[in-house]
Amino acid sequence: MAALKPGNSAVLLVGALGELLRLLRTEGYQLVGPTVRDGAIVHAEILGIDDLPAGWTEVQEAGTYRLKRRADGALFGYSVGPQSWKQLFFVPRLRLWKAHRKDGSFAVEQDRSTPPRLALIGARSCDLHAIEVQDRTFLEGPFVDGDYAARRRDVFVVAVNCGQAGGTCFCVSMKTGPKATSGFDLALTELLEPHRFVVEVGTERGAELLGQLDAWEATDADLHTAESIVEQTARSMGRKMDTTDIKDLLYRNAEHPRWDDVAQRCLSCTNCTLACPTCFCGSIEDVSDLAGETAERWRRWDSCFTLDHSYLHGGSVRSSTRSRYRQWLTHKLASWIDQFGVSGCVGCGRCITWCPVGIDITQEVGAIRATDGGRAEGAAE
Amino acid sequence: MNALSCPMVPEPVRVLKAHRESHDVVTLTLDPGAQRLFLPGQFNMLYAFGVGEVPISMSGEPARAGRVVHTIKAVGAVSKALCRLKRGGVLGMRGPYGRPWPVDEVRGSDLVIVAGGLGLAPLRPVLYHVLAQRAAYGRIFLLVGARTPEDLLFDDEIQRWQKHGDLSVLVTVDRASTGWKGRVGVVPALLSEVPELENAVAFVCGPEVMMRYTVRELGRRGLPDQHVYLSLERNMKCAAGFCGHCQFGPSFICKDGPVLRYDRIRSLFWLREI
Amino acid sequence: MSEADRLKAHPFMRGLADAQVAKIASCARLARFPESAVIFREGGEADALYLILRGRVVLEQHVPGKGDVQLESLSGGDILGLSWLFPGGRWVLEARAVEPTEAFALEARCVHARMEEDAALGLALAKHLIHQLYQRLERVRLQRLDVYRAEP
Repeated sequence: MAALKPGNSAVLLVGALGELLRLLRTEGYQLVGPTVRDGAIVHAEILGIDDLPAGWTEVQEAGTYRLKRRADGALFGYSVGPQSWKQLFFVPRLRLWKAHRKDGSFAVEQDRSTPPRLALIGARSCDLHAIEVQDRTFLEGPFVDGDYAARRRDVFVVAVNCGQAGGTCFCVSMKTGPKATSGFDLALTELLEPHRFVVEVGTERGAELLGQLDAWEATDADLHTAESIVEQTARSMGRKMDTTDIKDLLYRNAEHPRWDDVAQRCLSCTNCTLACPTCFCGSIEDVSDLAGETAERWRRWDSCFTLDHSYLHGGSVRSSTRSRYRQWLTHKLASWIDQFGVSGCVGCGRCITWCPVGIDITQEVGAIRATDGGRAEGAAE
Repeated sequence: MNALSCPMVPEPVRVLKAHRESHDVVTLTLDPGAQRLFLPGQFNMLYAFGVGEVPISMSGEPARAGRVVHTIKAVGAVSKALCRLKRGGVLGMRGPYGRPWPVDEVRGSDLVIVAGGLGLAPLRPVLYHVLAQRAAYGRIFLLVGARTPEDLLFDDEIQRWQKHGDLSVLVTVDRASTGWKGRVGVVPALLSEVPELENAVAFVCGPEVMMRYTVRELGRRGLPDQHVYLSLERNMKCAAGFCGHCQFGPSFICKDGPVLRYDRIRSLFWLREI
Repeated sequence: MSEADRLKAHPFMRGLADAQVAKIASCARLARFPESAVIFREGGEADALYLILRGRVVLEQHVPGKGDVQLESLSGGDILGLSWLFPGGRWVLEARAVEPTEAFALEARCVHARMEEDAALGLALAKHLIHQLYQRLERVRLQRLDVYRAEP
């Protein structure tokens, strides 16, 4: 087979995929990929293809997630689990520094440890877009998050083009999939009968690794089959969201009665912000030992749904659930565009699946759009 | 570009002077160590070792090297700890952060500076800046409001400015006891003493309710919305645009503010719980 | 400036025709109060409306244990005294000059009579009074919010 370049495609058998994972490990990458644990397909460290969720899929609906056995042995035959890749780069708990008192003053020590080199196995297009969205927050503002930057450096990505749509996702509406178009070194489309993978090369690094495997050039028929699978996925999305003028739609409907309606249902449990691959709120905590001699500063995940997220001068600016839900959704779908030049939503559907009361953001937006300009009784002009 | 760990690391800084302004307000003059230039309206994150960190505006002369001044009101654990510091004490500092008052963009204009309570602290650097380049500005009015005469900040300086002649200073308090011979009433009422207000630019800082009443009165008096600048506050933790807490609509108060032009935030300013 | 002109120039007289101003002038006398002079005391008969020309007057309430609490100050261009509006009205607060103050004192009985006789004049003054009352109310509301008080 001729030397591969970005944009080229090849075909791999399952065994060769296993070899790819072994090669990545030999090169010093820690593999993170899907595996079945605690009744879900989560992202954890994996050692090889045996850890992949072969023959598993899931049934997702608003407020529902159940694993289900497939009739075949597809390795990536599910859509998205409760986790994205967010926790690998924007880690849930991070010590920023430690300090100790010294000569009437204090001295600060920063952690200098090197994070592991990660290889993401089975990353979906929506989640790759989400990584790109978070990059804008942590790498492209007036300050750079050094820890995030260190973890993002030298990540190897094996993407997977979804072979079936999830029950709650809508990447087609958000123009973030189902086909991965960037952010990967290699992108796989899984074909069955016989079980093989069409691999698209994304980068030189991907080409180089693929070159070491037992792969052969993809035929037109293989490419065509791969394309049809992705087209079929695109046609069977679980949800749709009309994003026409969505920023101004939400900006001008701050007093819409739908916010009162959703507030009756929302528990402000923060599940959506935990599951969302682009949410980035974090809280800074300063702690010290009992003697007051040593102090530490930590960063941990936070959520705009908590009551004290907007604490100011003795109270919270957003004390009602209504205002907090409005803040989250308006930020995600509207303000994000002004802040980062892109929507905060990648259509992964996790907030819909993992909401205990099944709030569906596509439905909420649809309801506001249907009665655009509606006002709750007594609301100010 | 700084790494997150760098913008999140405070530098230890020594207190040169601690001056008590009133029963719960202290002005600290600090030795910043390395050169730190700031623009009027910017703030630093001040760290009380082991207690926590709060955003405090600079309240001193922007052009003066080697000194950073902060006026702090003791309202919570961190600010109380900072207010207890004496000469020689150490606190942590990182900054400066934030978008400043547009003192250069408004050269040539009349300025109406409206300060309520602690709002005078982030506005004092504006006074220093414009008085140092007096000829570059038109008429200058400083309107100050406080709870009682005892709560008036920088009163020696205010009296000096009142005698100056180069600017008009109007002071009012919400209430007073016998002996006070000045105005008693709210800050927006002072606007009726500013002639040709509609031609000026206004810088307003104080409790949000006071700013709302002031902005309403400025509008009634014909001042265009794009000539009104406000300094807003929200819960702030990182000050570097990462943590998401200080958002006011799409604006991050830490990097898009705290100074915001009123016409740009008008649609949000009157909404509840934004 | 003659006394008549000074009366006409006061903001409270804005929009009135010369003939109307003349009617009010017949109720007016120019009053001067030195610094610290009490203009009226709480409980006294509310018998005049004052149009302040220059100086500063403070409205005070005596609070047992706290002494005299200053609630609001008025100066040139403001009006002083609203309790005269109501029959048998008595002053609710004390008014004291904190600076040498000059004002037109309009005798309440006279003003009431002129307003009854001349409906147009009555309406014009009523509108001014309502405007003043509204402005004061708005300011008092902001004062009541006690916005500078430290929150926990």
